[in-house]
This record gives sequence, structure tokens and C-alpha cells, in this order.
Amino acid sequence: MELILSHINYWVAILLMMIGFYALIARGNLVKTIVGLNIFQASVFLLYITFGKVSGGTAPILQKNTELYSNPLPHVLILTAIVVGVATTSLGLALVVRIYESYGTIEEDEIAELDSKEEN
Amino acid sequence: MSIEIYIDLVLVIFLVITGLAVIYVRNLFAVAMLSGIYSLLMASIFVVLDAVDVAFTEASVGAGISTVLMLGVLAITGNREKVSHKSSVLPLLIVIGTGSLLVYGTWDLPMFGDPNAPVHMHVAPEYISNTYKHTGMPNIVTAVLASYRGYDTLGEVGVIFTAGIGVLLLLSKRKTKKEVNQQNKLKEKL
Repeated sequence: MELILSHINYWVAILLMMIGFYALIARGNLVKTIVGLNIFQASVFLLYITFGKVSGGTAPILQKNTELYSNPLPHVLILTAIVVGVATTSLGLALVVRIYESYGTIEEDEIAELDSKEEN
Repeated sequence: MSIEIYIDLVLVIFLVITGLAVIYVRNLFAVAMLSGIYSLLMASIFVVLDAVDVAFTEASVGAGISTVLMLGVLAITGNREKVSHKSSVLPLLIVIGTGSLLVYGTWDLPMFGDPNAPVHMHVAPEYISNTYKHTGMPNIVTAVLASYRGYDTLGEVGVIFTAGIGVLLLLSKRKTKKEVNQQNKLKEKL
């Protein structure tokens, strides 16, 4: 029981990574692919923040009468990663809009079909 | 074990349910809202895990801006996902394979919240004890981000700037709705 409780966050991060990865490679809809990418990203964030937690510690903001703080460095890394993540998301969504305007669809197999028709 | 782990457990279960729902649901507006809920749950977990700065960034950026962008795109592209005829066996195998390899890797990891984990031993204590002396800022995350690693943050601004330019370039050559309609009519005539 103790092992489960102490490792649950790692496993959930892996499970979420699997969910995001599946949405990324198995689903043909481009918007859903991007949502899958976001889920994948957030699972990695969860893993890093879990590493930073110290039980009994508080948030890393210095105050009197507190000795134990959680590790601030994973927080800094993930703060940067979140902002870069939204930049990639917006770029991906802009590509989706352009693809929709050129092909009239955002389903991968329909796009491939249109492409092969054009080649023939 | 502290109470935090139980709160964490409940939130984490919600998170997995939301993730599975994203795959299952075919209405893309619902998917966009679910991804917003997912980010909000993630932000709550970050609060429980003491990462308050990360939590409010995730809540504003992940649950806020991303959802708005996605809704904007869906307003253009329509909200139904087509039923896919692709076989999902191979992706499922790949995903389960990767997942089980990673789970195998977790046996070596330190226990949740262990204060003696290697990650807390090396650089972090120096930041915690010296930050106030060096920068005068009580919030260590802010101090590292804006002072110690200020140039990295400047580089991050460069990344976002590049992404912004990319989005502008991609969307600036868009046709208006009127032109698209005219083109469709022409195609129908042909």
C-alpha cells in the first residue's frame, strides 16, 4: 500500500503520457492530435513537479519560522516549459487552420486521399 | 503519510478520467472543454505539490489561453471528429510497450516526498539558503527565473516571439470567407 501511494504520481504521469501518446498517433483528427500533445506535455510536468515535492515542506517562498521548502528548481524548469508549450500549441493550431483552408478538412486520411488524387 | 497524498490521489484519478474522456469523446468542442478541465486539475495538483507559481501559470495559460485558441480554431474548422477506420492495434501496442518500459524504470525512483532524494541534495539547498542574500527576493522561483537565469528567460521570450511570427505568417495569407465561398462556387460550376 505504501509503495502504491509513494509511486502513484509517477505511474499516473506515465498513464497520462500513454493517453496523450495514443491520441497523438492513433487519432486522425488534427485538433485532437494537438490536445493529445498537450496531455503528453502536462504529464511530463506532473512528473517533474512530483520530484520537487518534499513532504512537510512548503512552497519555496521564504518566510520566518520555516525551515523546510520544496525544491524550487523543477518549478522553474516547468514554468518555462509551460510557456513554450503554449507557443507550440498556438503554432500547431495555426497550421491546422491553414490546412483546413487548403484542403477543407482536418482529418488526416482525407488529406492523404486528396494528396494522392492530386498526384495522379 | 501526510494528508496531501490523499488529496493528490483524488485529483489524479479525476485527471486520468478526463484524459480517457478526451480520447473517447468525438465532439471536438467537448474535447476542448475537457482539455481545459484537465489543465485546471493539473493546476490544483501543482498547488498540492507546493508548486504555486507553476499552478497559476498552468491555470492561466493551459486552462485559459489554450482553450480559447482551440475554441477559435474549432469555430473555423467545425466540431465533429470523423469515425476513423484506421486500425488501432499497432498504436495501442506501441503505447503499452512504452508505458510498461517506463513503469519498469520507476522502481528505482525515490519515494514520494522523500527529503533525502538525490534531487534535493545537490544545487537546491544553495539556492534556498542564498537567494535572499543575493537577490533580496523571498520567492525563490521568481528569483531563479528572473535573476539567476535571466538570460535563459530572455531566450524563452525569443522562442515565443518566433512562434508569434510563425503564427502571423501562417495566418496573414488567409483568404476571407467571401473569397472561399466564391472559390467553392466556381468549383461547383466546373
